[in-house]
Amino acid sequence: MHEEPILQVRNLNKQFGNGCTHCRNKVDRQLEKNYCPICGTVYACQDVSLDLFPGEILGIVGESGSGKSTMMQCLYFDAPVTSGEAFIYNGELNGLNVFQLSPQKQRYIRNHKYGMVYQNPVNGLKMNFSSIGNIAEKLIAAGNRHVSSMESTGNKLLEHVQIPLFRSKEEPQNFSGGMQQRVQIAKALSNNPPILFLDEVTTGLDLSVQANVLDLIKQIQREWGISMIVVSHDLAVIRMLADRTMVMLNGSVIEEGLTDQILEDPQHAYTQRLVYSLL
Amino acid sequence: MTMLQVKDFGKRFTIHHLGKTRQAVEHIQFSLEQGEFLGIVGKSGSGKSTILKSIYRTYRPDEGSMIYHSARYGFIDLTDATEREILYLRKHEIGYVSQFLNVMPRTTSRELVEKALLEMGATEQAAKIEAEKALTHFELDPKLWDHYPNTFSGGEKLRLNIAMATVKKPRLLLLDEPTASLDQQSKIKVREIIEKLKASGTTLVGIFHDIEFMDGLCDHVFDMQFSQDKFVKEGVIDES
Ligand SMILES: Nc1ncnc2c1ncn2[C@@H]1O[C@H](COP(=O)(O)OP(=O)(O)OP(=O)(O)O)[C@@H](O)[C@H]1O
Ligand SMILES: Nc1ncnc2c1ncn2[C@@H]1O[C@H](COP(=O)(O)OP(=O)(O)OP(=O)(O)O)[C@@H](O)[C@H]1O
Ligand SMILES: [Mg+2]
Ligand SMILES: [Mg+2]
Ligand SMILES: [Zn+2]
Repeated sequence: MHEEPILQVRNLNKQFGNGCTHCRNKVDRQLEKNYCPICGTVYACQDVSLDLFPGEILGIVGESGSGKSTMMQCLYFDAPVTSGEAFIYNGELNGLNVFQLSPQKQRYIRNHKYGMVYQNPVNGLKMNFSSIGNIAEKLIAAGNRHVSSMESTGNKLLEHVQIPLFRSKEEPQNFSGGMQQRVQIAKALSNNPPILFLDEVTTGLDLSVQANVLDLIKQIQREWGISMIVVSHDLAVIRMLADRTMVMLNGSVIEEGLTDQILEDPQHAYTQRLVYSLL
Repeated sequence: MTMLQVKDFGKRFTIHHLGKTRQAVEHIQFSLEQGEFLGIVGKSGSGKSTILKSIYRTYRPDEGSMIYHSARYGFIDLTDATEREILYLRKHEIGYVSQFLNVMPRTTSRELVEKALLEMGATEQAAKIEAEKALTHFELDPKLWDHYPNTFSGGEKLRLNIAMATVKKPRLLLLDEPTASLDQQSKIKVREIIEKLKASGTTLVGIFHDIEFMDGLCDHVFDMQFSQDKFVKEGVIDES
């Protein structure tokens, strides 16, 4: 019984720098870290491939600098890939490598297919706009024109993420970290996307707020059936959210599996050190 | 109808930082028919949990095959089913219960059982009704329904665990020492629960260190002591 992924990524490569004779050839490239000691080129993502299936949460773990955020930014078209392909199977774009589409088409995908919650809320929110204004901005980008319906949609979303209505006109810069993440989540959901990217949503939040945000994400998955990629270096977050998990090291995927399998029967030496807290 | 057939199964663990590989089990063979109850016995460390966790694919099987008869996929080898297939089977067909409760924090007993149902596509209304039925059936005190289970006793956690697993009406239920650390009274309850599950046609594989307690319920006993053998070592408890 063959199941179609909603998002398929093949051999995504992202490098910062042009490379030199020492590192340019992929086969010969034997870097201890993700950068070339001679020319300094950073190979942030190396042949990353993944399948995201409808309604599932795919977890991505890996230490700082392993390329998690870079991968998400490439998928969200914040940064151009060096090479690779990505396909979205959701309507009109089936079978097209979205990395090669025009900027307008890519904007269309961002506005209609994707939601993004950034590691740093500053990247996802206009801190000096009101919260409802931040959501309206995304709704307008997605083609909404009716002020009154935007306002009611925005308020409903803010209520959903437990931002009190009387604060919806306030700027997120006055909010706590947990509230800012919840506004980001509301904004990311506002165009009703089939795919949601979450980069370290709970990092830096205190424990009770973390639990609250994790609950919210689980609830969204259950009620909206959205497919999500959740990046975190925190195994507890991955354990709680992800159905399947990929482990990244120095820009490469070194292991993937069912989340409980990754945690209880890790295969790769690095994954074992991560899981047994030997790092 | 054969529900599960394990053939020449083996599993080893490599611990890289110790530079060690340990063969946990090998040449494991057994099979069970729909509605049967297989008990696994053996001393600590002999690999009982390893077998169960490999069937559930929490562990990655190394050798052999485990042919399971799925309602959705027909005969499927669990050792090389895709992760998506395994996730489907866990959601709809195969349950796993241990004495440990591994759940979302800050979620009440009632919500946990409801979630198990919603996951399968039940409506909110149906989930609410079925959850209450299950909690009643497994005799969890209604006072505890709207509490977080982290403070529950071992027996209460276990009954909640069983309720969560069985509301899904699994075809195959894996029980890893569900009676460990329970008092006599709670053990009797577990036995009754297993009787009920059997009566409803559920196929069961269970690990019990006091297998005598399951006398008359177990259809087969698999003794790890003999599992090193290449051949089927499947005894039947003497009913007399
Ligand atoms: N604009 C850039 N120019 C040069 N190098 C970059 C740039 N952006 C990221 N990198 C490098 O790419 C690598 C991957 O960084 P990335 O932010 O993707 O890591 P990460 O896995 O998200 O880490 P963290 O857990 O700390 O968020 C790092 O070595 C980083 O220094
Ligand atoms: N995740 C794991 N990583 C490494 N080794 C493991 C792992 N799980 C089990 N083992 C090893 O496999 C062997 C079998 O363990 P297992 O837990 O299956 O035994 P068991 O029969 O269930 O024992 P008990 O009765 O104590 O629960 C042991 O040597 C154990 O150390
Ligand atoms: Mg990052
Ligand atoms: Mg055990
Ligand atoms: Zn170089």
